[in-house]
Amino acid sequence: MPRTPGADLPDHPDWLWNSPEPKRSYDVVIVGGGGHGLATAYYLAVNHGITNMAVLESGWLAGGNMARNTTIIRSNYLWDESAGLYEHAMKLWEGLEDELDYPLLFSQRGVLNLAHSLQDVRDSKRRVGANRLNGIDAEWLDADQVAEICPILNTSEDLRYPVLGATWQPRAGIAKHDHVAWGFARALDRMGVDLVQNCQVTGFDRIGDRITGVRTTRGDIAAGKVALAAAGSTSVLTDELGLALPIQSHPLQALVSELLEPVHPTVVMSNAVHVYVSQAHKGELVLGAGIDSYNSYGQRGAFHTIERELTAAVELFPMFSRAHVLRTWAGVVDVTPDASAIMGLTPFENLYVNCGWGTGGFKATPGVGWCYAHTIAHDEPHPLNAPFNLDRFTTGALVDEHGAAGVAH
Amino acid sequence: MMLIPCPWCGPRNETEFHYGGQADVSYPAEPQQLSDADWARFLFYRANPKGIFTERWNHQAGCRRWFTIRRDTTTNEIFQDDSHEAVTR
Ligand SMILES: Cc1cc2nc3c(=O)[nH]c(=O)nc-3n(C[C@H](O)[C@H](O)[C@H](O)COP(=O)(O)OP(=O)(O)OC[C@H]3O[C@@H](n4cnc5c(N)ncnc54)[C@H](O)[C@@H]3O)c2cc1C
Ligand SMILES: [Zn+2]
Repeated sequence: MPRTPGADLPDHPDWLWNSPEPKRSYDVVIVGGGGHGLATAYYLAVNHGITNMAVLESGWLAGGNMARNTTIIRSNYLWDESAGLYEHAMKLWEGLEDELDYPLLFSQRGVLNLAHSLQDVRDSKRRVGANRLNGIDAEWLDADQVAEICPILNTSEDLRYPVLGATWQPRAGIAKHDHVAWGFARALDRMGVDLVQNCQVTGFDRIGDRITGVRTTRGDIAAGKVALAAAGSTSVLTDELGLALPIQSHPLQALVSELLEPVHPTVVMSNAVHVYVSQAHKGELVLGAGIDSYNSYGQRGAFHTIERELTAAVELFPMFSRAHVLRTWAGVVDVTPDASAIMGLTPFENLYVNCGWGTGGFKATPGVGWCYAHTIAHDEPHPLNAPFNLDRFTTGALVDEHGAAGVAH
Repeated sequence: MMLIPCPWCGPRNETEFHYGGQADVSYPAEPQQLSDADWARFLFYRANPKGIFTERWNHQAGCRRWFTIRRDTTTNEIFQDDSHEAVTR
């Protein structure tokens, strides 16, 4: 019998989760199987004992922004509200590998946020002070100290925008995004939570202002509570209910180089010259910058955006001029007017919203899950996400993180 | 990169333009009468459709004038509104 070369493959390894048919009814339905949806389901199960639950995902599990982000994790935000939420997430990250019993490649290699102007220096020092008051590790480093931590960075004075110093958060770092999603998914599957892929939510069932279920491409599903975790696509869902949200969806691009020897020991971010870079465990340089300017759901952006970020990268890291762009891609990020997220109750009973994480929600993943689960279980925000309510756009109590979030998160 | 049709200069590279977001958001006629909720709408809420979006662009590195186009936010296909009204508003 002639055999096709390469046809004798070993059996597929065990699946980390099953792909069940959706049931017709659940206590809680989560819309969106990205990092936030999965983490929320996890803490609903673990902290609140809710397991008659489904996570409905229109595509494949964690194939949205969760698969596309540059995995920077830090908590050095300016305002108390943000510091509370991001630092809570950071503490959860520090125990998550053990908790999920799954390798997340969480690496606390630190982050440098560069300052290139006198105003940058003042803002950075102010942020270091604010961080310390909030119990977050933060230091101000001058250019020589920056060079000691990251020798490949060009700290000479002849740059167009010289590096005048940086803030340093040693506990910041990166993790392997896919592994984070898979770790949560495996744990959820073991607890009997249904992870349903290829199941797009197209509308809602309601009695007056009470939500009773969702309509999906795999049939109607009744739900005690419905929690949105659809990131860049949230407006499409809430438009079905006539619920307006102050978010705009934009492309956000990233790119990687070919695999290189380890050269970059930390994470470097520069809001002023517009680039951030780390080196993945495998060896790729991972680069990102700002959003493309226009609204889009297209999961692609323009090449000139990439050209600009590479210009900045090569200026800061001269040795990168020898590297090659291997792959570029984009996600769809939901940006708010104050660069902070929206998480909490809605004008509809049994409907909860988590969105507006824009360019920086990966780092918050376990913190979002923890707080959003609390909000859903108790029908009341957790104190840490209470400031991130929708009403703030009317009351004016904004959480303006443009300084600490700026371009990049 | 998109090729954006400026009504005055013709199709030009996206890099020459500045994005202005949703079109036809006008300043409240009677600002003193506005409730907090209506102020929030005016300041912070914009349509975010998946599909056709009517939006403003400024030809910053060209004639420096504002104009309105309709663009599909999933494909970037642009439908120029070349009515007199579009050019003058
Ligand atoms: C290029 C890029 C770089 C980034 N870099 C960083 C970074 O370095 N650090 C950081 O902290 N953050 C970063 N982010 C942001 C971060 O990725 C997001 O804030 C975060 O992933 C959003 O939460 P999520 O994982 O749940 O989103 P997603 O993974 O996008 O999950 C939403 C899910 O909802 C699904 N969905 C949508 N509509 C429906 C529907 N109707 N029915 C069913 N399912 C639906 C989608 O398919 C998707 O899987 C980056 C983002 C991008 C795009
Ligand atoms: Zn012009």
